[in-house]
Amino acid sequence: MAGSEEPLVRLVGVTKIYQRGEVQVPALRGVDLEVTAGEMAALMGPSGAGKSTLMNLIGCLDRPSSGAYLLGGRDVARLSRDELAAIRLREIGFVFQGFNLLPRTSALENVELPLLYAGLRARERRTRALAALERVGLAGREHHTPAQLSGGQQQRVAIARALVNGPRLLLADEPTGNLDSRTALEVMALLQALNREGLTVMVVTHEPDVAAYARRRIVVRDGRVRRDEPILPRCAAADLSAWRDPDSDLTGDLPCG
Amino acid sequence: MWLMAVRLALRALSRNRLRSALTALGVIIGVAALIITVALGEGARRLIEQQIASLGSSMLIVIPGASTTGGFVGGAGSGRPLLREDVDEILRLAPAVRYAAPVDRTVAQVVSANLNWSCQVLGTTPDYFLIRDWAPARGRLFTASENETAAKVCLLGQTVAHNLFGSADPVGEMVRIKQMPCEVIGVLAPKGQSAMGTDQDDVVIVPALTLRTRLLNQSRQHVGTIVIAATSEQDLPLAEQQVVQVLRMRHKLADDQDNDFTIRNLSELMQTQQRVVQTNATMLRNVAAVSLLVGGIGIMNIMLVSVTERTREIGVRLAIGARERDILRQFLVEAVVLSVSGGLLGLALGTGGAHLLSSFLDGLSVEIPAFWVLMALGISIAIGVSFGFYPARRAARLDPIEALRHE
Ligand SMILES: Nc1ncnc2c1ncn2[C@@H]1O[C@H](COP(=O)(O)OP(=O)(O)O)[C@@H](O)[C@H]1O
Ligand SMILES: [Mg+2]
Repeated sequence: MAGSEEPLVRLVGVTKIYQRGEVQVPALRGVDLEVTAGEMAALMGPSGAGKSTLMNLIGCLDRPSSGAYLLGGRDVARLSRDELAAIRLREIGFVFQGFNLLPRTSALENVELPLLYAGLRARERRTRALAALERVGLAGREHHTPAQLSGGQQQRVAIARALVNGPRLLLADEPTGNLDSRTALEVMALLQALNREGLTVMVVTHEPDVAAYARRRIVVRDGRVRRDEPILPRCAAADLSAWRDPDSDLTGDLPCG
Repeated sequence: MWLMAVRLALRALSRNRLRSALTALGVIIGVAALIITVALGEGARRLIEQQIASLGSSMLIVIPGASTTGGFVGGAGSGRPLLREDVDEILRLAPAVRYAAPVDRTVAQVVSANLNWSCQVLGTTPDYFLIRDWAPARGRLFTASENETAAKVCLLGQTVAHNLFGSADPVGEMVRIKQMPCEVIGVLAPKGQSAMGTDQDDVVIVPALTLRTRLLNQSRQHVGTIVIAATSEQDLPLAEQQVVQVLRMRHKLADDQDNDFTIRNLSELMQTQQRVVQTNATMLRNVAAVSLLVGGIGIMNIMLVSVTERTREIGVRLAIGARERDILRQFLVEAVVLSVSGGLLGLALGTGGAHLLSSFLDGLSVEIPAFWVLMALGISIAIGVSFGFYPARRAARLDPIEALRHE
């Protein structure tokens, strides 16, 4: 953590305790973590370790029970519900394991949704949503509903939706959990490409194969960070072209590293 | 933004078309009942006003016999008969009385050259036409001297004229009433239905003495009833008081004796009818209020169900940056769209229903003032907002994490 530059994400002694009836469930027991802009980090650990809880805190969906969370230098604990919503709208993109697209709603409208909440006019919404869909390789599918799209395509719509307001941080909670390995590879190649363009990416996964595409590996267990190390990332685009699939939406000629 | 919200709400509601329709039913019925009340209430009031005007609002009827407590006439012949002289004395001694005319009635067969028709035959004096504000459409009225001589002349109501002569002009033709040949000297202007629903044009009018002496073979001194017009509507109570005094004096009634005659006040009768109409309107209005309330509760209920069903969707919206007010607006607009759709359907249904009902009730015109159309829409919006607010606020206050974890 060299130098004077403020990290994008800084957690100091963060705990999160869930109240389940009478019982208190500690999900995070003191997490210190810094993520600098431009990183691509994989968050690993067994089920119930607290990975999702951590992501939700970083994504401003929730506030820590104690400790401090500074996002771009701002203390999130002091922000109101509406201020948190504004941060989620403009600075953070969320991608979930279950895609979480609105059913019976076209890909285009799903991607337009954050723009709608940002108060953009219809014409502006349309052009930006179409550009985002094109960026994730779904040009021509804008009027398909989630039911008419494959899992990989749905996840790419979700990524387009997360990107459309130009966030600084992309949080993906097990984005490949519901996908076969080939499609998972496509999604990772996309995330890698986005990261190379400057987007900070954090991916939760419990698959080492998936984590191998990140440049940093953070292991969480029992609500604590157990290991945090840089790794040499594999190149997803190169792996993808190794599949030699002529039907692939991606060109496979994206340079890595 | 709002337009977009309305469009999205319409889409969300059309996904559950049957449920939406059932939910809106309360509002549909409520608004329809409201519109029918207004439409027919207005029409009925106008009809009654017309009828009061057509009867002459300053009219009294004197009937022989004491009245019962209910205001109806006791057994026939229980009192003293009314006399021709009573009419003259009322005119002479009661300054608030402008006109007075004897009226006798019978039902008889009336025969023209080749047709016959059974109808009411009414015997009276020329004052009667002034009291009823009833002029001949063609021909002329009979004169006082024709009455005194019991002349064989008559006037036909429109219905009778039509049934005996079709489109031909009956004036100058002869008809037979019972066995009496009689010249038609005029046809009366149409009067339409009375408040009791009888056809006032289904009548033949002859001089009072013609009816009593030639058709009824009764004493020329007696009269069946006396119809009286006051000098003005305001003077009606005064006229009634004066008529009572004159008749009590002529009947030599002591102070402790009850009247042996009855005076009916037609405008009171009309008022009674108006009250009946108003009672019905009030009842319908209560039905409207109750269904609107039930409709509102239905909307609240279904919106709560909808919020629960769509908890995950709300979580997703919150996660991508929706603020509380965005979610609040979404569900509030949905509730309002639901209730306003119901309101519009109710408006259409009520208008149709009012027209249908008026086609059964002769002479009742349908009038829906623009004010009430706006009112119905305003009420629908108010129901949507007030009953949609609680579910919408519940949706807006959801915790993003909890909502996202919801299955
Ligand atoms: N909303 C919640 N209420 C109560 N307990 C929760 C809630 N969310 C998570 N937990 C608990 O906190 C712990 C960490 O959960 P989570 O962060 O989802 O783990 P992971 O994503 O690593 O599998 C688990 O024991 C889980 O049961
Ligand atoms: Mg998890």
